[in-house]
Amino acid sequence: MSEKLLMKGNEAFAEGTVRAGCRFFAGYPITPQNEVPEYMSWRLPEVGGSFIQAESEVAAINMLYGAAATGIRTMTSSSSPGISLKQEGISYCAGADLPIFYANVARGGPGLGNIAGAQGDYFQSVRGGGHGDYRVFVMAPDSVSEMGNFPLHCYEVAEKYRVPAMILADGILGQMMEPLEFKFETVDPKSLKTPPWALGDCTGRKKRIVRSYDLSEGALEIMTLNRAKRYKEIEEKEVLFEARSCEDAELILVAYGTSARASTAALKMARAQGLKVGLLRPITLWPFPKKKIQELAAKTSSFLVVEMSLGQLVDDVRLAVDGRVPVHLHARPSGAVPTGEEIFAQIQEELKAQKGEYVCY
Amino acid sequence: MLLINPRPESLVDVKMHYCPGCGHGVAHRLVAEAMDELGIRERTIGVAPVGCAVFSDDYFNCDMIQGAHGRGPAIATGLKRTRPDCIVFSYQGDGDLASIGMGETIHSAARGENITIIFINNATYGMTGGQMAPTTLMGQKASTCPLGRDPQVNGYPIKVCELLAQLEGARYLERVSLHTAAHVIKAKKAVKKAFQNQVDGKGFSLVEILSTCPTNMGISPLEATKFIADKMLAQYPLGVYKGAEGGKIDVSRN
Repeated sequence: MSEKLLMKGNEAFAEGTVRAGCRFFAGYPITPQNEVPEYMSWRLPEVGGSFIQAESEVAAINMLYGAAATGIRTMTSSSSPGISLKQEGISYCAGADLPIFYANVARGGPGLGNIAGAQGDYFQSVRGGGHGDYRVFVMAPDSVSEMGNFPLHCYEVAEKYRVPAMILADGILGQMMEPLEFKFETVDPKSLKTPPWALGDCTGRKKRIVRSYDLSEGALEIMTLNRAKRYKEIEEKEVLFEARSCEDAELILVAYGTSARASTAALKMARAQGLKVGLLRPITLWPFPKKKIQELAAKTSSFLVVEMSLGQLVDDVRLAVDGRVPVHLHARPSGAVPTGEEIFAQIQEELKAQKGEYVCY
Repeated sequence: MLLINPRPESLVDVKMHYCPGCGHGVAHRLVAEAMDELGIRERTIGVAPVGCAVFSDDYFNCDMIQGAHGRGPAIATGLKRTRPDCIVFSYQGDGDLASIGMGETIHSAARGENITIIFINNATYGMTGGQMAPTTLMGQKASTCPLGRDPQVNGYPIKVCELLAQLEGARYLERVSLHTAAHVIKAKKAVKKAFQNQVDGKGFSLVEILSTCPTNMGISPLEATKFIADKMLAQYPLGVYKGAEGGKIDVSRN
């Protein structure tokens, strides 16, 4: 527990990882996440950890691969183009079962794009991201408080299932200031058990190997299928979401992160006018709250997905709904931020169409 | 029977997959002997590359990690910064170290990371089948320059030791060769020194080992050693490029 602090999202995230026991950071400058390496550069030495400004994102993720192989809590952060560069290394970590942790403080893309907050990296985050069959545990904070408090949970899930974990934030969450409290006891890394696969001094034991390959016939399939069992368990046990006013809702908004904040404003406007609207905010993007959406699809008449991307989250919602009710989309890609008013306007349109006042477009 | 030169403890007793006449087996043994003699096997962590030596994670009898192509020095950096009590080495070929991983090579040297790099330069890509390497000689044929390396199309070979010698962070750089028994003995000394430097906390040490790949050059093992003697030595002079006794650059041509 701690006092109330006023921090930028990026700084809250950095402090949150240190309090969660992170002792190694490697990263490369990129806007809008620069406060993270800047913060770690003085904060980690203060607690006996290591900070490295790497020569590239590619080097940074591979430094993490090495550091994480010794069994300690590590972190790297970047923004969209830099996360693309890290994907090969993340794939290696997934293949070698290393529980690394990283944040994407996403910006507008594709390409160099812009430096505004955006959600265009949803597919990249929830579908693995790099080459090969793998998944990453993805949490989507929607406040500075969650930026600071989610890292501990990410470490715990990553270590329990030996998978990479990430936070998918955006430039707005990274740059804005809000009050927060760290709602957990600061972790002393010495209190954590060294995992049985960690590299180090092999005195008195057999050598250990950390690797993502096996060229012998059929072996890699077995390795991947065994990992898939853990993925299944994560899908069963680790789903997090927030459902607001969904019980009687005739239309349910689905949004995460910054777009969930805009959707909250629209939800309030709708309820103030007596419209039966709810909001489902996935907190874990993978595993996705599929069962909850299926359950809601049996009760509500339609969904409206609000996302700061061209239509990515909507695919997962449609897969879960499976055609039972209409799923509409409010998409603002490449750094645009939806307002509560514009979402509310579409809510009104969809509800009218639902009541047959005019044909749905 | 008295075994006077047994298998080093730092090498696992398994059959290696390397081709007849390949230099990797000899280079592995030199690394293993250095580890044995310095008594550091238990606290050593090795980084295996992408390429023929990918399987070295099975061969070295210490904790091993296999990494992405070219990223050995970055992985070694992460390991060493986290476990400064351990001895960390990265074993890499020429495509790995001098092509795709040149950025990591230069920057780990510039940072003066206290790690050891064993760099096998055989002037070709081994595992993928004899493509042009950054160290392929002028005129040398390769599967991606079938008429021979042409400067107009392919540019020039990279001299890694000479390049890294410009960096203040590089502590010890030496080029050695495996083409005769006498050269193997010299190579052993260099490899051991590169590990000793790390034990002493002296910083970045790299040994470039000129090695053979008869399979991909389509020649016999004997002809491959002759290729080093006749062709490679002229392009890649042997010697100490940084960190020589007395501080002087010591480059000889044999």
